[in-house]
Formats: sequence, C-alpha cells, structure tokens
Amino acid sequence: MINPFTKATSKGNRQDDGLPENEQRRAFMRYAGASVAATALLASACSPDDTLNPQSGTRGARLGDTVKLGSGDFAVLNYAYALEQLEAAFYIQAINTGKISGDEFLLMVDIRDHEIAHREFFKKALGAMAIPALTPDFSSIDFSSRIGILSAAQAFEDLGVMAYNGAGRYLTTPIYLTLAGKIVSVEARHAAYIRELLVVNNFSNSVTPDFALDMAKKPSEVLSMAGKFIQEKFDLTGSGLM
Amino acid sequence: MNILNILQDIEQTDPEVYGRLDSRRSAMRQFSNLGKKLTVGGMALGLGTMFKKAYGQVTPASVISVLNFALLLEYLEAEFYRLALANVPFPNATAKQTFVIIEDHEQKHVKFLRAAISGAGGTPINSPKFDFSGAMGAGNGPFRAAFSNYPLFLAVSQTLEDTGVRAYKGQAPNLIGTGDVLEAALNIHSVEARHASKVRLMRRMMASSLRIKPWIVGMDSGIEGGAGGLVVANYAGEITTNQGGVEIFKIHPNVTFDIATESFDEPLSRGDVENLVKGFIVPGT
Repeated sequence: MINPFTKATSKGNRQDDGLPENEQRRAFMRYAGASVAATALLASACSPDDTLNPQSGTRGARLGDTVKLGSGDFAVLNYAYALEQLEAAFYIQAINTGKISGDEFLLMVDIRDHEIAHREFFKKALGAMAIPALTPDFSSIDFSSRIGILSAAQAFEDLGVMAYNGAGRYLTTPIYLTLAGKIVSVEARHAAYIRELLVVNNFSNSVTPDFALDMAKKPSEVLSMAGKFIQEKFDLTGSGLM
Repeated sequence: MNILNILQDIEQTDPEVYGRLDSRRSAMRQFSNLGKKLTVGGMALGLGTMFKKAYGQVTPASVISVLNFALLLEYLEAEFYRLALANVPFPNATAKQTFVIIEDHEQKHVKFLRAAISGAGGTPINSPKFDFSGAMGAGNGPFRAAFSNYPLFLAVSQTLEDTGVRAYKGQAPNLIGTGDVLEAALNIHSVEARHASKVRLMRRMMASSLRIKPWIVGMDSGIEGGAGGLVVANYAGEITTNQGGVEIFKIHPNVTFDIATESFDEPLSRGDVENLVKGFIVPGT
C-alpha cells in the first residue's frame, strides 16, 4: 500500500492533485497561517511504519492498530476528529434503530448531521495529516431501547464537552481555538437537550456545585474513557497532549 | 479547573517560574497548604494568588480585562434572573425551577470571576445598575414587559444566553496560553450554551414551532414580532457556513444549509457585545 504521508514528505510538500478538497484544505492552512508548520508536522502525523491511508473511505484502520495523532495543534485537531468520528457513528446507528420517534427523532437527525459536519470538517481541514477512519465498537451500548440510546448519547455529549474544554489549553493558534469554541458550544447544546429528554431540568447537572463550571478533562483521560468504543488504540507519545 | 497542575502549567510557559517563587519546595508546600486549608469556594482565590506570587504585578492587564468583561455579563444575567424569579408569572413550578437553576449558576459565575480577578491582583468591577426594559435607565424600553410577559421573558433569556455564548467564544483567543484561566472560561462558556439550549427547547415546546431548536438555525432568533426585530444584531453572522476556509454546506450529502449553520456557533467581538447590552446598562453606574 502506498503511504501518502511518506510520499508527500519526501517531496517536501503535500500532494497536489487539484481536487477541490485540497484547495479547501490549503485555504484552511493559509487562514490559520500554519502552512509551514503543516509541512513540518507531516512526518510526525503518522508513525514511519504506518501504512494506513486516511483517504481510503470509511474504514482505514483495524482492530489492534495504533493511531498516532501527530503533534502540536494538529494532534489536538486529530483528537477532535477522532471524537467526532465516534459521535457521528453513534448517531448514525442510533437513528437507524427505529427506537427514537417524534420530535426526538427530528432533533436527533439534526444532531447526527451536526456530528457528520464536524467529522467532515476535520477530515478536510487536516487533509493528509488526518488520522484514518476509525472502527467503532458499540457492543457495550444498549441500542434496543430509547433509554439505552439516550443514556449513551448523554455520555458521549458530556464527554465531548469535557474533551473540548480540556483541549483548549493545548492549542497555540487562535483560529483553531476559536473553531474548537464554535463546536463545543454546539456539543453543549446537544448535551443539554439529550439530558432534558431523560430528566426534566437536568440540562446542566454536569456542572460543579461550587462555581457551576463544566468539567474539563485531559486528552489522556478522555481517550481512556472513549477507548472501549474504538477498536484502534491511541498513542499520545510525542503529541504534547500527555 | 485542575488547580493542582498550575505550577506545571506555569513552568511550561515560563521555565523560571520557580526562581520567581521562594523556591520550588516552598511553592509546593504553600500550594498543598492552600489545597488543604481553603474550601472549594476559596480555590479561585488560591489560583489567582499563585499567579500573583509568581509574576508580581504582571498578571497581564488584558487577561484581567477579559475577566472583568465576563464579570459584567454575569452580573447582567444574574440580576436579570433574580428579578425574573421575583416577578415573572411562570406557568408552572417546573418552568420556574429551570430559572432557579440558571440564576444559581449565574450567581456562582459572578462569585468565581470576582475571586479569580481579585486573587490575580486585579480589581473586579462593581455591578452597574441595570434597566432590563432596554432604555439605559429610563425604564420604558422595548423589553419593559419582560418580567410580566412570560413568552417575552423566554425570548430575552434566550437572547442573553446565546449572546453570552458568543461573547465568551469571542474572548477565548485573548486567553490563549493562559492554561487554567482559559479552561475556566471555556467551562463557563459551555454552561451558558446548556442554558441557551434549554431555554430554546422551552420556546420550541411553547410555540410548537419546528424552526425554534436547541441550536441556532441560520441567523434566526425564532422570536416573532417587534422583539424579534430588536435582536437581529444578536444573531448577525450566525448564518456563516465557511469555517476557517472550509465550506461546510454540502461537505457531505447530509449537510444542508441549515445543518451547516447549526453545527458551528459564531463568536462576537467585545465591542459588538458591549453595543448589544448597552441598552440594559444605566450609564454612570
């Protein structure tokens, strides 16, 4: 299998196949003022023996594979991309169960599509530096009942909020921090809505009792909590996210 | 906020931090003593004090300024809900309880920010007087029925929460590299978004309107009539579908225009927010 990372790196530049996605990714990099860093980080986005192709469709990695997130701001973006992949996959499966109906169905379809939009955003923005498509493992989730689905949804949304809030401190580029902020408040809206479906006025029972703050979690904590839902393993060594 | 990691954080951005403190050992001892002695309510003060000890008076004025701006918004929200709980004809106890919870959060955010600012060597601003009719003290502004008209109250509440989310989001880049301070601001930001989502859900159910969602569709407030016209600027820019150079609309077959706008919330600058809340503040107070 051809490794696009190696190929691009050996040329000292990214591949330019003229696709619109590439144009958009380069626009994103320019916007972020990060094209130099992007090239420099290209090699570290994937381990040298890694032959996973991020562009190979919906499933690029396998059980037991180890995924490296890269380093610096791109590690944070890949971390977010991993979580968005997980959330999108969860809601795609949840919607297809037929257990969610009425107004809840309408709004859960919205949530599914928001997560797909987030996933696709990170995939396009990261381009060749993106981690591969991950393989979810939802065997521990009860998809047979509304309550089971909503309980899992609440856990995913609250985890998403804690993850983004905890990731902000690792970002050094203002535009990335703003983009993370634009997404996390939508995740918080989801979290509050899902909580309301389970228990009325539970929309913010996630907060600390002293100062009513949401709780941030470090990437290592989040990935250990999310690990059982993803077949691949993550290696944070060198990512700066430890 | 993980206060126990603060020395580590300072060390990362300023390797000489321990030289500024008496010694690493005494700093750690001081810190662990703080952790033991202070109640949870004192931790923000402890945090600020550590910064002050490490940096003298140079807790950047820009950071204090951002925190005071946040404090102004929290004063505004807290007072709005305090008056609402005393006056609004809530349709039932469950609806009132929602705002008991939200008011409690805003009061706690006020306490948190005041403690953090003081501890960091800054001076927390005092609360101005507010005129929630939106007439800068004249009391006869367009929102004067907000505490007697429940639907209008919900509309103003939604607008304040959505605007609060935008305000915190707009300040995040000004706190980049501040570690725990940034994280605390983010931890408030997402709580404001939870409030906004809940109030929007209440409005969706009350109005039976599918256009009102827990998230922001396009740049619509979903508020009808004259009040809707008055909050247009609070939602300006929410309609964007281009994120950092990436077009979100149609990025995937499921991503319609509405989905593209809903899936990202947009920031507002401090100046924009100050203009938006100006009518609620009595000048010179």
